[in-house]
Amino acid sequence: MSNQYKLVTCTINGKERSAMVDVRASLTDMLRNDYGLTSVKKGCEVGECGACAVIIDGECFNSCIYLAIWADGKNITTLEGLTHPDGTLSDIQQAFVDESAIQCGFCSPGFMIEAESFLQKGKIYTDDELRKLLSGHLCRCTGYENILRAVKKVMHKRAAESV
Amino acid sequence: MIIGKSYTRVDAYDKATGRTKYTEDLCDKHALVAKIKHSNVAHAIVKSVDISEAEKIPGVVKVLTCFDAPEYLFPTAGHPWSTEESHQDICDRNVLTKHVRYYGDDVAAVVAEDEVAAKRAIEAIKVEYEVLPFVLDVQEAMKDGAPQIHEKYKNNVLAHTQIHKGNYEEAIKEPGLIKIDKWYNTQTVQHCHIENFICYAWEEGGRIHVTSSTQIPHVTRRCVAQALGVDWGRVRVVKPYIGGGFGNKQDALYEPLCAWLTTQVGGRLVKLDCQREETFANNRVRHAIRYHFISWVKPDGTLVARKVECFSNQGAYASHGHAICAKGLGSFPQLYPCENFEGDGWTVFTNRQVGGAMRGYGMPQATFAIEAHTEDICTELGLDPIAYRRKTVMPVGYVDAFSKNELYSDTFNQCLDAGMKYIDFERKREAYKNQTGDIRRGIGVSLLWYNTAVWPIALETSSCRMVMNQDGSIQLQVGETEIGQGADTAFSQMAAETLGIPFEKVHIVSCQDTDVTPFGTGAYASRQTYAAGMGIRGCAEAFKAHILDVAYRYTRMQSYLMDIVDGNIIRKTDGRVLMTLGELALTVLYDREHNEHLTMEKTAQLKTNAYSFGCCFAEVEVDIPMCQVKLLNIINVHDAGTLINPALAEAQVHGGMSMGIGYGLSEKMLYDAKTGKLLNGNLLDYKLSTMMDHPHLEAQFVENPEPTSAYGTKGLGEPPVNPVASAIRNAILNATGVAFDELPMRPHLLYEKFSQAGFFQD
Ligand code: FES
Ligand code: FES
Repeated sequence: MSNQYKLVTCTINGKERSAMVDVRASLTDMLRNDYGLTSVKKGCEVGECGACAVIIDGECFNSCIYLAIWADGKNITTLEGLTHPDGTLSDIQQAFVDESAIQCGFCSPGFMIEAESFLQKGKIYTDDELRKLLSGHLCRCTGYENILRAVKKVMHKRAAESV
Repeated sequence: MIIGKSYTRVDAYDKATGRTKYTEDLCDKHALVAKIKHSNVAHAIVKSVDISEAEKIPGVVKVLTCFDAPEYLFPTAGHPWSTEESHQDICDRNVLTKHVRYYGDDVAAVVAEDEVAAKRAIEAIKVEYEVLPFVLDVQEAMKDGAPQIHEKYKNNVLAHTQIHKGNYEEAIKEPGLIKIDKWYNTQTVQHCHIENFICYAWEEGGRIHVTSSTQIPHVTRRCVAQALGVDWGRVRVVKPYIGGGFGNKQDALYEPLCAWLTTQVGGRLVKLDCQREETFANNRVRHAIRYHFISWVKPDGTLVARKVECFSNQGAYASHGHAICAKGLGSFPQLYPCENFEGDGWTVFTNRQVGGAMRGYGMPQATFAIEAHTEDICTELGLDPIAYRRKTVMPVGYVDAFSKNELYSDTFNQCLDAGMKYIDFERKREAYKNQTGDIRRGIGVSLLWYNTAVWPIALETSSCRMVMNQDGSIQLQVGETEIGQGADTAFSQMAAETLGIPFEKVHIVSCQDTDVTPFGTGAYASRQTYAAGMGIRGCAEAFKAHILDVAYRYTRMQSYLMDIVDGNIIRKTDGRVLMTLGELALTVLYDREHNEHLTMEKTAQLKTNAYSFGCCFAEVEVDIPMCQVKLLNIINVHDAGTLINPALAEAQVHGGMSMGIGYGLSEKMLYDAKTGKLLNGNLLDYKLSTMMDHPHLEAQFVENPEPTSAYGTKGLGEPPVNPVASAIRNAILNATGVAFDELPMRPHLLYEKFSQAGFFQD
């Protein structure tokens, strides 16, 4: 059993953190159980629903199919990392609130994290492109309508601010 | 006015930060883990269970089998209790079963220190079965000689009801009538809330405590008590925020088992967390219902007589049972009144998964059938589908004899007008005539009928409690539950409106706890705003009257001269602010003469119900060689009475439309005919719509305030899903001339039907 646990050191939401983790554990398990990051949700645990999405070194991953030990040395952002230290919401979170894009809220962190990861690139996407970029996330409540509206709003706002 | 404004959801901020606590977030991480041994046969008697290997696995705390389970039978449906035995839900389950009735039935359970040990132990359990023949098809199950699934139910018929009006046999003798005789089939689908079912249980203070992702905490408490044979008060159920329910969680799912397991390990904390595959294979599903319609019409379409048979596939256990089939059957002669109507509904046990409540409660099935059939009548007789519906549908002033529901306004025409305008119906219908070629477009319509609440079939009640704080704000508690739909926000608006305080001054207690929440039957039907509205208004009016009586002591004004407006006690005669509600609350709470804790609690019993109507228009493009349907445009128009919060109402409609699109085009649970096993029980193989599968979803409203409702509102949660599949079906018919009488209209079915239509002959 001695090599069942390994020390994993990574940056989570801007802070360097270390924990001994079970080598079989997923990154979802580590983020939820060791760091209490409840935005990382479990909807399937096999990479089908997108509820567990986090940003790893700038790219969005389903953390349920990413081993915790692979996170060693990585830079990880969860939804908690988007909220400003004083509790104010980031633009993407605020847009989800304002556009009624959140219902039960279980899929919402995954969508917001995904949107953040591609909106960071500063591109303007067509509706079809956005639909494709977000299609790895399942939502049963919203019909995706207001989610798309929220993401588009932030995309255009950021574009306007950057010129 | 606070009603009618699109306030931000009260839970939006927390959900946007990820800090909202759902069931798993609340469970101590040292909880023991429970796993279930599911049968790998569809119908069998368990002869023996060998747990010796399982018990040896390190970390295993307890292995229990169907032979250890309590003998108490219990029901699972999220219905109110009935004090009349004949109206009670059917008790046909044990927490673990010796008689396997579907592939995946629960025969044993393991409690272990961690998930890995629990899973290994489940695999190590050996079950010996006496395998029995099984039946999956609803009509096969009714035949003599079919496998008997529950002892008491001959030919597996759980229930059979009839509606007879006029004289069908005589009426059809009228010369010149045209007979239209067709079958319509709907499939089994699953709710697919993104949070799987999860609960945890422990013992404390001599009681069993269960925290569960449920829509119905008070009902679940009773079901758990029935399953364990304990007094109802010995069980406490807590419901935190839940990640969607859609009716699956309107059933006692595994709370009874989990509660029993904790009692078997000395009351230690036990968590039972369904995996997605279990949510698919072992929770509830939407009933597959088969319909047979025979309509006798005059050449102008006048409906002279109609006969309908409904065969509802209940699966292995009764759960919500016949209520679902019966709701659809009952709607037919109401939506399109017919003098001579004969209807039969059968709900039949099969060796399939258990049908339960699901958004729409039998109406997506029934709406598909009736609106496909209505279109078929129009096609056969060459009638305009809009004009025909306007002429034949329930007229203004119609009153249903049983529910006393009344159609008060010209809703159907108003909804149709709005939908036609948005989608440009007339022009497109004309443009899509006489198409040839591989790619064809079509446009279709469907109406929808719905009943908001459950009166008079069952008890309708709502209780409400308001407690005032020192600053004049209140805590609001109701028995109706927030399940993602936004109920808490609507309730807060209602309370603020009637009490006369700002919206921000209402603190709703979202987490339900049967120890402290006033009694309520939970989230089901489309009753939340209608039912809770009555409870909230009754409570708020009584509270206001009481507060003004108390205010008299400090203002010397008669209570009838005062009012509460925007959180202030004002004198109505001149509008002067006499004191703030905060000043009053603080003063009275610390008054050394007349101290009082300001609170009010009321129960509203509803003896009314309300119709909720609307329609859907869909426009499609069909690629015949590729057997694909692309949805180009879709609109739902609803009359849900007064909208409490238009933005949230619109969001509800989007979600329902999305579920309807999946129902129409892609979702279907597939069962292996040889074993009865579910073949596509995961989110990859089960085709839930993604964002790429939808066009823009347009939601519009016609607001005719409901006269029987406390705030003019009526059902909206479920109706949006109901008319979508039929509207798409009718659009495909318009595009191709091919009538689909089965769901979903996925490429496999399109290929079959287009082949039959001769599209592929060259
Ligand atoms: S939980 Fe990771 S993709 Fe579903
Ligand atoms: S908001 Fe409930 S699943 Fe998306």
